[in-house]
Amino acid sequence: MNYHLNYYFIWKYFGRLGWGLVVSLELAIVSILIGCLIGLTLAVVSHGARRPVRILVGAYVEFVRNVPLLLLVYLVFYGIPSVGGFAYSATTSFVMTLSLYAGAYLVEVFRAGLAAIPKGLIDAGRAIGLTPWQRVLYVRLPSMFRIVLPSLGNAFISLFKDTSLATVLAVPELTFGANWIYTNTFRIVEVYTVVAPMYLITGFVLLFGLRRLEHRFAIRRR
Amino acid sequence: MPISVSDDPSTNPLVKVRQLTKAFGINQVLKGVDLDVPKGSVVSIIGASGSGKTTLLRCVNLLESYDGGSIQVDGIEVGYRAGGTPRSERELARIRADIGMVFQLFNLFPHLTATENVMLGLRKVRRMAKAEARATAEHWLARVGLDDKLNSLPIELSGGQQQRVGIARAVAMNPKVLLLDEITSALDPELVGEVLKVVRSLAEDGVTMILVTHEMSFARDVSSRVVFMDGGKVAVQGTSREVFGALAQHERLRNFLARIELKEV
Amino acid sequence: MMLMLHSLPFLWQGLLVTLHVSALVVVISLVLGVVLGVGLSFGPWWVVWPVRLYSDMIRGLPLLVLIYSVYYMLPLTGWSVPSFWAAVSALAAFQTAHVIEVTRGAVQSIPHGQHEAGKAIGLGFGQRMIYVVMPQALRRFLPPWINTVVSTVQGSALVSLVGIVDLMFSIQQVIGRTFKPMPLYILGALIYFAINYALSLTSRALEARFAYIRE
Repeated sequence: MNYHLNYYFIWKYFGRLGWGLVVSLELAIVSILIGCLIGLTLAVVSHGARRPVRILVGAYVEFVRNVPLLLLVYLVFYGIPSVGGFAYSATTSFVMTLSLYAGAYLVEVFRAGLAAIPKGLIDAGRAIGLTPWQRVLYVRLPSMFRIVLPSLGNAFISLFKDTSLATVLAVPELTFGANWIYTNTFRIVEVYTVVAPMYLITGFVLLFGLRRLEHRFAIRRR
Repeated sequence: MPISVSDDPSTNPLVKVRQLTKAFGINQVLKGVDLDVPKGSVVSIIGASGSGKTTLLRCVNLLESYDGGSIQVDGIEVGYRAGGTPRSERELARIRADIGMVFQLFNLFPHLTATENVMLGLRKVRRMAKAEARATAEHWLARVGLDDKLNSLPIELSGGQQQRVGIARAVAMNPKVLLLDEITSALDPELVGEVLKVVRSLAEDGVTMILVTHEMSFARDVSSRVVFMDGGKVAVQGTSREVFGALAQHERLRNFLARIELKEV
Repeated sequence: MMLMLHSLPFLWQGLLVTLHVSALVVVISLVLGVVLGVGLSFGPWWVVWPVRLYSDMIRGLPLLVLIYSVYYMLPLTGWSVPSFWAAVSALAAFQTAHVIEVTRGAVQSIPHGQHEAGKAIGLGFGQRMIYVVMPQALRRFLPPWINTVVSTVQGSALVSLVGIVDLMFSIQQVIGRTFKPMPLYILGALIYFAINYALSLTSRALEARFAYIRE
């Protein structure tokens, strides 16, 4: 094996990796937020709604979850503009795709979370005279938040890893940065021995933060 | 110092516990327990939670190891070999085959029917042929009053029924001694009776039993000996009449019984 | 619409490659994953630590990064591995980590009381494993495992990015000739959907069927 490790180029172009990581996180954060909006709305809507509504929501969820993310990314970026006539940037396209992807997964999470709220809490809310809207704000949402927090956190970490797919649209996130350095320097080992730990360490830090958050907020189920 | 009012002239007891000690980390749960269980007797162990009674029971079939002292079942030291080395898993398995245990949470094998639950030990440990094992299993299930539930899965049975299967599973192995760990504590009150009835009938048949229980009236009626444990040692032991009746002298026992009797009107 | 029908034959070869890759990965990850998963649950520390490390590290990486790493680095070791096998190895390594977790979850979720009941009737360790633990673990293993099969099929689409001519790649090829992306993407989505949805339904049916195991 005639390969001489040379990290010079990595440090020279580290900006692409460092900023790439930032972009990855940004993509993940925006997507999870929009995804939560979608997921929560659809979960509430389909809760006790008529059959056609539930089937529609179900179709959305099943479609997104059973089709590869890569194909969805292409579909939104290349496919839709070709029939719609309009165009959008790669980043916008990817965020939309990832949000839809997250939303589909989160609908289930929120649905389960809403169903898991102990009935006793809602009764207690009624008993002290809260109006329905007040019950939603002060009883349902806080309880649900605590229940879904672990799943939300895990979804976020998952999403962070999925941002690597933005490479195919030339979005300047971490994996794209890695490939750029490789294409321009062919220093594959150096690149990935830096990039892989970057993903791993970020993941562990996020996981650690998530556990702390859970301890602070989550309901402990015996 | 264990207070024993009457000294039974015991022939070699089936289960002999001497100076048993056991700690969980820094918590010394058993602080030197002495106990004799003669063959054919029914010994009830009562006491507050934390007194060590369940730990004592679980040491007899080595579900918990013990640190010091000795437990002998039918002359065999349960946890250690002659030289003092701890027994291997295989040796323990053989010893456990002759000791039956019924659990508070039943622990039936959920993927097997009632009959299959009872048959598993018979086939794989006693190495019975399938037909013989099935016949034995069905006999014991009928004996505990479940001959109409032979092919039911545990999830289809009530708590009381599940526990009776648990009893059949343990007794069918023809153990030398039967250990019963608070077997009615997890049952709804109306199901307790059917289980106690089975235990009483086994006692009448002469099965040697060690019971850990909260059911005081049952302990009083069925047991030949009652042992009150307190703080990791045997505080009071004697026949059931002695312990429940005249032995009001022992303060902690009196307090304990008073607390229990209040609930058990 | 007619376009979709006409392109089907071109996609067929790609679909076969996708299925081939998926099947290989599923089998390899199943065998390795279960063995290592059992080792992780019951084994000595010198088995537990490496497996734990492997599983956590591989699952912490994006699949794409893993595929790129293996694909570009393997040739450097002197091994001239065809790109097909490089991609399959990467995907298999990824899925093995997941199967390890599924196995560990299934085996460790057996309540302690089951082990005790087995001990109490005199069963040895091996007998307990065969007659008490494995039958229950299997029922807890299958539904999540089928989900890993689905994720394998999803992940297989990424091998198109290293030049393997799978279904995804074939779709791109046809689009390159016809310049009409949308019908092809829809068609591709439907094909992937058909495969994965069938698997998901099986998983859910199994989960319902085995519900009696959960107490």
